[in-house]
Order: sequence, then structure tokens, then C-alpha cells
Amino acid sequence: MNVHEPEFRYHTLVVTVENKSGVLARVAGLFARRAFNIESLAVAPTDDEEFSRITVVVDLESAPLDQVVKQLDKLVNVVEIRELHPGHSVERELMIVTVIAEPDTRDEIVEHLDRAGGKVLSLGTDRMMLSLVGPPSRVDDFEDLLRPYGIVELQRTGRVALASLDDALD
Amino acid sequence: MATEPMDGGRALIRALEEEGVDVMFGLPGGAILPVYDPIIDSSIRHILVRHEQGAGHMAEGYAHATGRPGVAMVTSGPAATNIVTPLCDAYLDSVPMVVITGQVPYAAIGTDAFQECDTTGITQSITKHNFLVTDAQDIPRTIKEAFHIATTGRPGPVLVDIPKDIVDPTNPRSAMTWEDDVAMDLPGYRPQVDVDPEAIRAAAKLVRDAERPVLYVGGGILKARAAEALRELAELTGIGVVTTLMARGAFPDSHELCLGMPGMHGNYTAVTAMQEADLLVALGARFDDRVTGRLDGFAPDARIVHVDIDPAELGKVRRPDVAVQGDVRVAIEALVAELSDGGTGDVDRSAWKSRISGWQERFPLAYEPWVPGDALKPQYVIEQLRDATPDDTIVASGVGQHQMWASQYWTFDHPYTWINSGGLGTMGFSIPAAIGAKVAHPDRMVWAVDGDGCFQMTAQELVTATVEEIPIKVALLNNSYLGMVRQWQEMFYDERYSEVFLSKEVPDYKMWAESMGCFAMRVDDPDEVDDAIARANEVDDRPVVIDFRVAAAEKVFPMVPSGKTNSELVVPEFQQDQPR
Repeated sequence: MNVHEPEFRYHTLVVTVENKSGVLARVAGLFARRAFNIESLAVAPTDDEEFSRITVVVDLESAPLDQVVKQLDKLVNVVEIRELHPGHSVERELMIVTVIAEPDTRDEIVEHLDRAGGKVLSLGTDRMMLSLVGPPSRVDDFEDLLRPYGIVELQRTGRVALASLDDALD
Repeated sequence: MATEPMDGGRALIRALEEEGVDVMFGLPGGAILPVYDPIIDSSIRHILVRHEQGAGHMAEGYAHATGRPGVAMVTSGPAATNIVTPLCDAYLDSVPMVVITGQVPYAAIGTDAFQECDTTGITQSITKHNFLVTDAQDIPRTIKEAFHIATTGRPGPVLVDIPKDIVDPTNPRSAMTWEDDVAMDLPGYRPQVDVDPEAIRAAAKLVRDAERPVLYVGGGILKARAAEALRELAELTGIGVVTTLMARGAFPDSHELCLGMPGMHGNYTAVTAMQEADLLVALGARFDDRVTGRLDGFAPDARIVHVDIDPAELGKVRRPDVAVQGDVRVAIEALVAELSDGGTGDVDRSAWKSRISGWQERFPLAYEPWVPGDALKPQYVIEQLRDATPDDTIVASGVGQHQMWASQYWTFDHPYTWINSGGLGTMGFSIPAAIGAKVAHPDRMVWAVDGDGCFQMTAQELVTATVEEIPIKVALLNNSYLGMVRQWQEMFYDERYSEVFLSKEVPDYKMWAESMGCFAMRVDDPDEVDDAIARANEVDDRPVVIDFRVAAAEKVFPMVPSGKTNSELVVPEFQQDQPR
């Protein structure tokens, strides 16, 4: 994942869809057909179980984005699309990671973890499983900090996002 | 609300009846079998095709001719894959169509069962929408939604995939309750018909100020039933009209403001007027590559007003100066009202008009005249056919040279008289499409103009036409070649002909047509043409096929070579000395 690329290469779309089978494939297929790479994608039902919300981060220039948004909007199961702008939205991502933690490095890792605001999920003799929720950039930074200790396994959720409140009042 | 216990199969047929379906095209098989039983008792006429592709194109032909959705029903697996081509064809040409496919029982889906394929997966990108129905109770609502989606907004094909168990009355999963007036549930589908008055005012201003305007008219005019409104707009403003391949007939060819067809094989005046225009008013047209030629050289000085019901078309190819989203008829009527109230402007367009009439005089559509010893000219056949048939004759064509000649040399004065495969370019389209049109309009004359390459792809549907008593007529322009490909190889591949010659001997089209129950003739000489057409026009109890043996070397002109701009239009040799 090219997590260090400048932020403007990525566009975050929040797509509200009908919660039906096959809808995710339609949305993903639309990107695939135009050879646009999906950077991350998270999907779950909204407060109304009839609908799901997809947060999709796409790597592209803004001109074709306009076309993608219009094409997405043509999908019958797509109810609403919003493009979220950095600075006007709240983005979060969850990471779960297992890292090598020998007795001599364990305190150091926990210090990093506390500073980042993460949690210890599980302890083993020579490794730890940690979790961190935060803005994607903070998750990136924490991942970089852990790398020298030896990452055994790592899973990130991809970002979820909502428009920030002041934006919503416009 | 009336309710009634029912099974899914009967409910499916009942739902189709409630949508006003009077005819459907199809072919039964294992998975769809239970739905074919209630058809026996239905008011719907079912036309049994010989290949599922035929069913799809017939449904398209029916839809093109009537504006009502065409309906086809086939079984699962190979039948579903056979109807993929018509679905894609209908998708690209925005044809309203509902296709019902059988599917293996719900519990067997995903097990590689006999005649199973992932029909909704395969057709996802070539339908406006598709459904896999998993519960018998959902059938009536889904059918209602399918017709609504197919016919509103930008029309298109919708597929409904029906597992066998939910329509089989011997299976408990087919039990359901019929309810009248079931409500649709389409929260994400809201086509916008109304237009923004602000955009109309902006468009009207550009129209008033333009010195060299052209109305660029596409198939959307026909879909929106906007031919009358278009005529009003053209006559009010005096602006010339080009009708794309999908819009032939949307504006009368005999009208003095008609400039003809633009595009790769458009006539000189239409292509050049667009190229030289300072304003293009695109009405239900999508700036297809066959119209624009090389995009960066297309209509370089033109400002663009683009009217389309599909927001994704606005700015897709060419950025409009004024975008009008909404129904094109509503938009034209609003524009007419605005221009009637605020005036059409006082720009002097006499210089532009005289340039246009100069092009029309110097570069009419024309071909080298026949001289004794020449083979029959295909263009001549079209002209004679045009002159010997009623004004409201419906012409359906296949794809290739014959399609271009038919579009060029026919005179289309009425909407919905020209049916062809524009976007997908599906060879073999004409015979089944003509059958669909003839079923819709049994009292009208329907001619399929076909090529020999196309004919061999779908000719079996003439058996359908004979058995179902659908007396279409086929003018086969037979040059023994895949003629359009041959033309490209002659012009762009140094006359190196690769795999384009079919055969002069086989098949014997007359014998083949006769074996399918048609009245058939073969014509080699120009002086036999009129007589053969006259005899064909007298036959009304069975299909007719005339095998016209035409010149193989004949090319379609004008032509914009692929990758060139429309300014580099190639005219026939005898016009090449004319000043441009």
C-alpha cells in the first residue's frame, strides 16, 4: 500500500446503497471495468438495515472521478453518493497487528502504543497483538514505528468516513 | 386490495399481462419449463424462435418500432448466454427490453448444475439493471420494477433471472399470494425528466448568438418521442439538422433544413457543417466516436449545448458549454418557448446558409453510375427499393456496407421507420429485428436490408417468420464478401485481403430461402431489379428473400478514415476535384 503518497491522489466516496446481495459486486465492477484501482473499501449496514454504506477510497485524477460518480449514481441500487474532502470529513481506520516483542523491546513497544492511543489485545511469550483506531495517517505512522521490531501479521480495515459536522450544516 | 393464492410461474405470466405485454419472443428449456405451461392459457402471443439471439433482436425490433418494451424469455445456461449479444446491443442503443431467463433451482445455484451459468454476473455490465429473484412472492414486484426501469429515464434492457423452484407449482417454494397493485421499491432510482430553466435560458442565448449553428440530433429524440418538438425548434430557428445513424427518421430527410447523416459515412454536408459550426446543439446524442472522428479535431470552433436525460453523458466525451439534464422533449419544448418569448436573435446567417447549400450542390451523396458490363450497384438496389415501397415502410438493416447504403440512400421521412444496430454493430441484426417490427405492425411493409455475411448469422429466423406467419421481406445485398472489412483492407491494408471472401457459389440463397418457406428470387442485372421488387411487394402470405448479386468492389463513400479528423473526409473519386 502506497501509504506515503500525497493525500490528493485519493478520493473518498461515501456511497449509500441498498443492503442486498450483489450490490457490492456492482459497485466494485464499475471501478474494475474502467481500470480504476480501489485503494480501500469498507462496507457495513447503516443504522437502517435496509441500507449499507460503502466508504471507498479511489486512486485517480478528479476528471474521471466525475464520470465514475455519475456512473455509480446510475446503478439502481445506489441511493446516494457523497465525495468527502480532506479537512471536511472525519476518517478512521482500525488496525490489528501482531508484532515480535522480546522482553527487551516489550516496554518500548507499549510506550509507542500508549502514545498512539492503542490497546493490547493479546500477549504471548515473544509477541503481542495490538490494535489501534485512528486517522489513517496515524495508523500509517504507528505501522512504521512497529516495523523494525518485526511485524508477524497485520490487518487494516480500510477507512470509514463521514462528513464533519460543520460541513453537514451547510 | 384483491389477493389470490398462486404459484410463481402463473404470477410471472400474470405480471407480464398486467404490464400490457401482447407478444413475447422465446424458446423454452429445462429451467424455464414451468413458466411455459401458463403461457398456453395466456393472452400473450408467444413467438417460438429458432435461436435465442433471434428472440432478443426480435424484442429489440419490436421496441424500436413501437417505443414499447420488447419482451423475450429463454431458459438458463446456453440460452442465457445466447441472449447476451442482444442485451448488449439494446444497452448500447438504449432500447427498452425485458428479458426473462430461467435459472437452476435456488439451492443448486453455484454448484455448476446442468445448464447453470451466472447470468446476472455475466450481464451486469450490459444491462441497465438485472435481478435474481429468490422468492416467489417477489416476482410481481420485480416484473413491475423491471418494466419501470427499462422504459423510464434513459431506456435500456433489464434482465430478470428466475430460479426454477420458485415457478414450479410442484415445489412448495413456488407458493405465493398474488396481490393487485404491488408497490415498487426502488429507493436509488429517480430519473430526472424536468429541466433546469436556467440552463434553458443559457442554451437559448447561445442559439440566438450563433452564426453557424447545427442541431445535432441522436437516437434520444426517438426514445423521448420528440420528433414533433424537434421540427418545431428547427422551423422556429431555421437551423439545419443532422440526424445520426440512430436518429434517421427523427427529422424528415425531405425537409429543407435536413442536412443528412453525420459521421464516418455521413454525407459531406452533414459532416462539414458540424465541423465548421460555431454551435452544436446536441439533442439526445452522445458524441460517439463514429460521429466525432478523431476527437481532438472534432468541431474545433463549436460551443456545445448538450441535452441528455443521462447525466453521465454530459461531459463524458466533450465538455459542454451548457449542459441540460432531463428529457429531451421537455427540454426542446422549453427551448422553443424561451425562443418564442425572447426572440430567436438577429444574427445574419445568410453566409452560413449559402456555404451549406454550396456543399449540398458540390458534394451530393452519389456513386459511380452503372455502365454495361458492370455488376449490379448496391446503392441502385436501395434507391429502387425506396421508390417502390410505401412511405411508411419500416427498414431494418444488419451491419456493414449495406447498412450504410441503406441509411444513406433511403429517404426517411417518418420516425420509427429505421431499425438498426448502431452502438454494438451486431451482424445478423436485421432479420430478427424486422420480424419483431412486423409483429408490432402487421399492416406495414417491413423490409430487412441485409448483407450476405449477416444473413448467414441469423437466417434461421426466417423459419420462425414462415411458421408464425410474419411476412417480412429481405433484400440481400450479396457481394460474396464481408464487404466493410474488405473495404478497409483495400483502403488501409494495401489491398491485402485477409479472410473476407465468403463464396460465390454457396450457399444458394434462393434454395436456402425456399427451404425455409420463403418466396425467393435471384437478381443479377439492373433491369431485373424493379420487377423483382414489385413481385416481392405482392407477396403477403410468407417471407420473401431477394438475392441481389451486387458489385464486390463497391465502397461506401464518403468516409472518414479511422483515426482521422472529420475534416479529412474522403469523397468518391469523381468529387475529389470539387473545391471544398
